[in-house]
Amino acid sequence: MEYIWAFVIGGIWCVIGQILMDGTKLTAPRILVIFVVTGVVLQALDLYQPLVDLAGNGATVPLPGFGYNLAKGAMEGAKKGFLEAVTGPVNVTAAGVAAAITFGYIVSLFFSPKSPKR
Amino acid sequence: MLQISEEQNKEKEKQKKEIGKAYGKYAKQFTPKPKYFSNCVKAFLTGGIICVAALAVQNRLQAAGISEKDAGAFVTMGLVILAQLLTGLGIFDVIAKHAGAGVIVPITGFANSMVAPAIEFKKEGPVLGVGSKLFTVAGPVLVCGISAATVTGIIYWFIEKF
Amino acid sequence: MANRKIGAQTVRFENRPYIIGRGNIGGKKEGEGPIADSFDQILDDDMFEEKSWEKAECKMLEAAMEKAMKRAQLEKENIDIMLCGDLVNQIMTSSFAARDLHIPFLGLYGACSTMTESLAIGSMLVDGGFARSILAGASSHFCTAERQFRMPVEHGNQRPTSAQWTATAAGAVVVSEWPHGITKGMSVVRVCEATIGKVMDAGIRDANQMGAAMAPAAVDTLLNHLQDTKRDIDYYDLVVTGDLGYIGKEIMSDLLADAGLNRKKIFSHYDDCGTMLYSKEQDVHGGGSGCGCSASVFAGKLLKDMEQGKYRRILLMSTGALLSTISPFQGESIPGIAHAVALEVE
Repeated sequence: MEYIWAFVIGGIWCVIGQILMDGTKLTAPRILVIFVVTGVVLQALDLYQPLVDLAGNGATVPLPGFGYNLAKGAMEGAKKGFLEAVTGPVNVTAAGVAAAITFGYIVSLFFSPKSPKR
Repeated sequence: MLQISEEQNKEKEKQKKEIGKAYGKYAKQFTPKPKYFSNCVKAFLTGGIICVAALAVQNRLQAAGISEKDAGAFVTMGLVILAQLLTGLGIFDVIAKHAGAGVIVPITGFANSMVAPAIEFKKEGPVLGVGSKLFTVAGPVLVCGISAATVTGIIYWFIEKF
Repeated sequence: MANRKIGAQTVRFENRPYIIGRGNIGGKKEGEGPIADSFDQILDDDMFEEKSWEKAECKMLEAAMEKAMKRAQLEKENIDIMLCGDLVNQIMTSSFAARDLHIPFLGLYGACSTMTESLAIGSMLVDGGFARSILAGASSHFCTAERQFRMPVEHGNQRPTSAQWTATAAGAVVVSEWPHGITKGMSVVRVCEATIGKVMDAGIRDANQMGAAMAPAAVDTLLNHLQDTKRDIDYYDLVVTGDLGYIGKEIMSDLLADAGLNRKKIFSHYDDCGTMLYSKEQDVHGGGSGCGCSASVFAGKLLKDMEQGKYRRILLMSTGALLSTISPFQGESIPGIAHAVALEVE
């Protein structure tokens, strides 16, 4: 059952993204920003946690899940103190962001762009 | 006198906008519509498959005794690295051409958006080329996401405190 | 002194300069298209054995120019001025090609209209006696243009249905006061008139709607040209726009018909380079675009067809979208321009 929910919720986020891409003039970077901020706002209102409980990675792998993690870190930190509230968001997402930066840098230095085959 | 010319300017600007709108509508008649339905189906399927695969790996890791939080971090790192490797190999854009939002909305899209601009600026040097271009798309995402989350944290701290 | 200006925007060349050399070069995708055999050279790899795409584009432009000079049987010392442009910031490609070729150089920027801009100005210089022979050309490269104006090449975005494909191609011609190297009986193309276009802005803001943004400018230039020269569209065997693409071509035809031109005549006498360069199966959506699109089709297929007698009179109208890399972010709409050059076989 968990797998079905992961598939459905993950798929639905992507469909929303696809509709934004096809139906509006929003470019991919803007859509990414919208999704992450949406995740932050939803979690700030305590609305995203239920979705994560239901679908697991189906809710955390799409970009709103990144926003959810950021907000969750902040909210958990807020319980401990001001400094933790500020460091919380970066703290919980540090693994992913650090991996993305470091490995992205290595890949970019190693590979060359290909002329498109599309 | 000045006010009148300002009003006229505004009027002119408005007219220009209306012409633009009407012409845009006219031009749209000649533009083929995107295939909404099949695009959405493809996005749904790929997005779903990525999430299910992530969940399967997560469960496998948790079964091996890794905590849920650490397993989540490993899954995210794995997806990011895979997406960036595929971008470097020039495969990601081919997949994305078909899957669309199916690979852009998951964390893979974020990973791709870092390598894609950076890889093109290799000739501009490893510091000011690759180093800065890594963040042309990821920068706004991180800035907006982290700012929003930090503000959320401070608000929650206030609520908690008072 | 005789006045060569006729009508509102058109000049008529008294001495009708000769096009005595042409050269073009295309990328891999262009080499898989329907007019592949009209290219002098086709690249296996769009990198052209260079280290950067900008260098590759530069080498392509040089190759096209050298081929044009070879056909004209002229050395570069015989060329008085080289006029060309491209899409890379501060027309880097052209300036760097001029650095290598070492010919007196006038850099032009007319976005994708550069081919007719350089041809028109070059012909004026030759006709006015300010130069004996000039080189006119333009180039574009998918990868240099795309990373500058739109998204990184490897970025996983989907191209909208109206998006056009920037051609990886370059084209150049030698225009001369004298039919150097042309023997009797050989047909030679001469430049008869040129109409300089006005910048038109219909308020399109979407950078993926280039054809629609440029069509009004092309319509305006064509109508002015026909009025200035007192001709109808069927005076020409072919009226060809630069890179309006499939969508822009339809809009252009429709707007011309609205302006009172005969629909049948438009249908049989009007075409667009952007729709010639690729076949629809090549997944280019809206068709070809870029300076190199009209430059390479003109310096290849069109001139070849004229030499072989397929067309006697052609009106070439390269069209350009004059947006900058920052203007869309400031909410500006996309202005368009088109210049027309009338050519005739003799």
